[in-house]
Amino acid sequence: MLARAVTHALVGLEAKPVEVEAHLQRGVPAFAIVGLPDKACQEAKERVRSGITSAELEWPLRRITVNLAPAGLRKEGSGYDLPIALAVLAASRQIPPESLAEHAAVGELALDGRLRPVPGAIVAAEAARRAGLARLLCAFESAPEAALAGIEPVPLRHLAEAGAFLQGRFRPGPVEPARAAGNGSWPDLAEVRGQERGRRALEIVAAGRHNLLLAGPPGTGKTMLARRLPPLLPPLTLDQALEVTRIHSVAGVLSAARPLVDHAPFRAPHHTASAAAVVGGGPGPRPGEVSLAHHGVLLLDELPEFHRPVLEALRQPLEDGVVAVARVAGQAVFPARFVLVGTMNLCPCGARGDPAVECRCSPQKLAAYGAKLSRALVDRFDLVVHMPRPRGRELDGAPGEPSAAVRERVVPASDRLREQRPPLGREARELLLRAVDTLPLSGRGRARVARVAATVAALAGAESIEAQHVAEALSYRAPPELST
Amino acid sequence: MSYPILSKGRPGYPPLLAELYDPPPRLHLRGGPAAILAHPCVAVVGARSCSPYGAQVARQFAGELAAAGLVVVSGLARGVDGEAHRGALAAGGLTVAVLGCGIDRDYPSAHADLARRIAASGLVVSEYAPGVEPSPWRFPARNRIIAGLARATVVVEARERSGALITADFALELGREVFAVPGEITSALSGGTNDLIRQGATPLLRADDVLEALGIERSPPVPPADLSPAAEAVLASLSGGALSLDEVSRTASVAAADVAVALTELELAGLVGHTDGHYRASWRV
Repeated sequence: MLARAVTHALVGLEAKPVEVEAHLQRGVPAFAIVGLPDKACQEAKERVRSGITSAELEWPLRRITVNLAPAGLRKEGSGYDLPIALAVLAASRQIPPESLAEHAAVGELALDGRLRPVPGAIVAAEAARRAGLARLLCAFESAPEAALAGIEPVPLRHLAEAGAFLQGRFRPGPVEPARAAGNGSWPDLAEVRGQERGRRALEIVAAGRHNLLLAGPPGTGKTMLARRLPPLLPPLTLDQALEVTRIHSVAGVLSAARPLVDHAPFRAPHHTASAAAVVGGGPGPRPGEVSLAHHGVLLLDELPEFHRPVLEALRQPLEDGVVAVARVAGQAVFPARFVLVGTMNLCPCGARGDPAVECRCSPQKLAAYGAKLSRALVDRFDLVVHMPRPRGRELDGAPGEPSAAVRERVVPASDRLREQRPPLGREARELLLRAVDTLPLSGRGRARVARVAATVAALAGAESIEAQHVAEALSYRAPPELST
Repeated sequence: MSYPILSKGRPGYPPLLAELYDPPPRLHLRGGPAAILAHPCVAVVGARSCSPYGAQVARQFAGELAAAGLVVVSGLARGVDGEAHRGALAAGGLTVAVLGCGIDRDYPSAHADLARRIAASGLVVSEYAPGVEPSPWRFPARNRIIAGLARATVVVEARERSGALITADFALELGREVFAVPGEITSALSGGTNDLIRQGATPLLRADDVLEALGIERSPPVPPADLSPAAEAVLASLSGGALSLDEVSRTASVAAADVAVALTELELAGLVGHTDGHYRASWRV
C-alpha cells in the first residue's frame, strides 16, 4: 500500500517541494528511508516509530520504505518527521490518504509524540502557498510564523492531534496573529553622557546608513554607543520585515512569541567567530551573521581581533549587499545589506589615544596591529570616529538627548535621502577639490566624503550640499595611521 | 641592478663626511643625482616609538626645513625618522635616507614604499654593498654617516639610551650644531632630548633657529589664512595643547558638528594636525 505526504526542503532561503512516499510491503518488518537523507533525517526512523506508538496509533509490522523525492536533493534536518509519520499512517490506512493531498506538513517529533518547531517554517509555508496547497500542518509554536506567509496553518501540539485532524475529528484553536517584536527594551541614548562627537556620528550613520568605525582606548563607551544605533534606524517596511523574518526563521533564531521582526535587527558576533558563521555557509548553506543583520546593524566589537579571513570575506556583502555561498550542488544567495559598526583600540595595549596613560607597545606590535585591517576594509568605513576618554565632569553631567528626539531628526532625513540625494553645491565642490589636493584622499575616499556630506545636508534640511557639510564630512575620514 | 658608488678621496665624495674619524670608504647610492649630497643637509632623528607629539613635530620641522631648501637626512627607521622623511616629501623637498644594511635592502620592510618615494627625488645611501643583512651593530655605524652628512642635527624625541643620542654625540665630536626639541619632563620619551638640552644643546623651538644657525635666509612667511570666527575660537582653544574634538567643543563652546567644520578648515590651512583622536595646533597661536 502506498501513500504520499508533501513537505519542503530548505535550500538557502528557498524551499523546494519534497514528496514523502511511504510504501508498505509484506515481509520481515523493517523501516528504511531513502532519498539522500542526512544524519538528522535518517534518525527520523526512531522518532517516528516512538511518536506513532505514543500517539496510541499502530506501528505497522510491515516492510516499510519511505522515499523522499526528488531523490537527488539532499534532505537535512528533523522537519521530515511529521510528513514521514503521516505518510506511514496514511499508507496503513489509519488516516485517509486523500486527506493529505491539500496539506503540506513540517515538524519534528518528540519520542512521546509531541510536535516540535523547526527552522524555516515561514519559508515552507510560502512555498506551500505558491504550490496551491490550502493548509500547513505544523507545530503549535510555528503557526504564527507560518500565518505570515498567507496560508492557513494548522497548529498541532501532538501527532495524535494531527491524526485526529485528518480524520475530521479535531478542530485546532485559532492562530494568534504574529505580534511584532517591538523594540521597547532597547538601551537609550540618554544614558550616554558627553561624547558629543560620537553621538553626532551615530545620528549621521542612522540617517544615511553609513558604516562606522569607532576607535579609542578601552572603556570610553564605544560599544555602549554602538548598541544604541538600531533604535535610531527607521522602522522596517512590511516587505523588509518579512524578508528579515524569513532569514531569521531559516537560521532558527526567531522568537516563537513574537515572530515578525519589524525593527532593525542587531547582531554582534564574538571575535572568535568563523568565516562561515559570519558570512554564511555550511554543507546546506545557512545564513551567517551578515544576513541576520540584513536591514539592521552588524557590530564587530574589537575589529582587529577578528580573524583576517573573516574580515576579508566581509568585503563582498559590503559591496554588493548579498552573500553568494557556492556549493558543488549549486549556490545559495543570502541578502546582506547592513550597517557595519566596528570598534577598536588604537594599539594592542589600548593606551594609545589616552593622554593619561603611556602606551607600552613596541613599534613592531603596533605595525602588526595596524596590518590586521587591510586598507580595502578601512576604506569601507564611511565614518571613522575617535572616542576620547571622557573627563570625570562629563560623566557626572546631565543625561544626553534621548533616542526618541534623535530619531525624530533621523527619520525625515532618511526619507529625504531616499527620495532624492541633494546635489553638490559649487562651493562644496571646490572644497572637495582642495581636500583631494591637500589631504591624502583617494578617489573612493572622495566619493565617500560626498555621500556623508549628502547625509549631513539632509539632516540640516538643506536643498543642496554646502561647503560646511563637506567640511564636517571630511572630519570623519579615516586618518592615515589607520590605513597602513 | 648596479648602484653608483662614491669612493673616499674621489670627486663627489661629500667633504663634510670626510671629516669623520672613520669615514666610510665607499658610499652606495640609490635614486637621484649624487649632487644632492652637496646641498646643505640637516639631520632630523629620534626614537622609533615616538609619541603623537614627536611624530607631528618631526613632520612639521622636516617639512619647514625642506621647504627652506635644506636636505633632510634621516635613518628610514620607524617613528621620528620616517615622519621626518614624510614631512620633507610632503613639503616637496629633498630627503636622504641612510641605511644600516645593504643598499638594495629596505629595512624596515614596512618602509619599502617610503624608500621608493625618497629615491624618486632624493637619495638612499649606505656604506654596505648589496645583500648585507641588517644587524644591530650596524645602526650606530649608520648614525655616524647621518651626523657626518649634516651641518646640524635635530633630535626630536629620544629616550635616555636612544640611538638618536649616538647621532648627536657624533655631531658634537665633529663640532656641528645639535638641536634638541624640548618635551614634557614627565615623559620618558623626552628624557634623552631634555638631557641633551641640559648638557648644552640648543632647545629647538622654531625651524628658523636652525636656519639662522646655518645662515640661511628663510622665504617670507605665508600670511595667515582668512579664518571664520568659529575656526579662530577653535584654534584659540588649542593653544594649551592637544585636545580631543569633544574637549574643543566644550572649551570653545561650539557644537560638536561645527567644531568638525572648523577643524577641517584649519587642517586644510595647515594650522592643525590630527593624531589618535587629538588635535594639535601646528604653530604657536
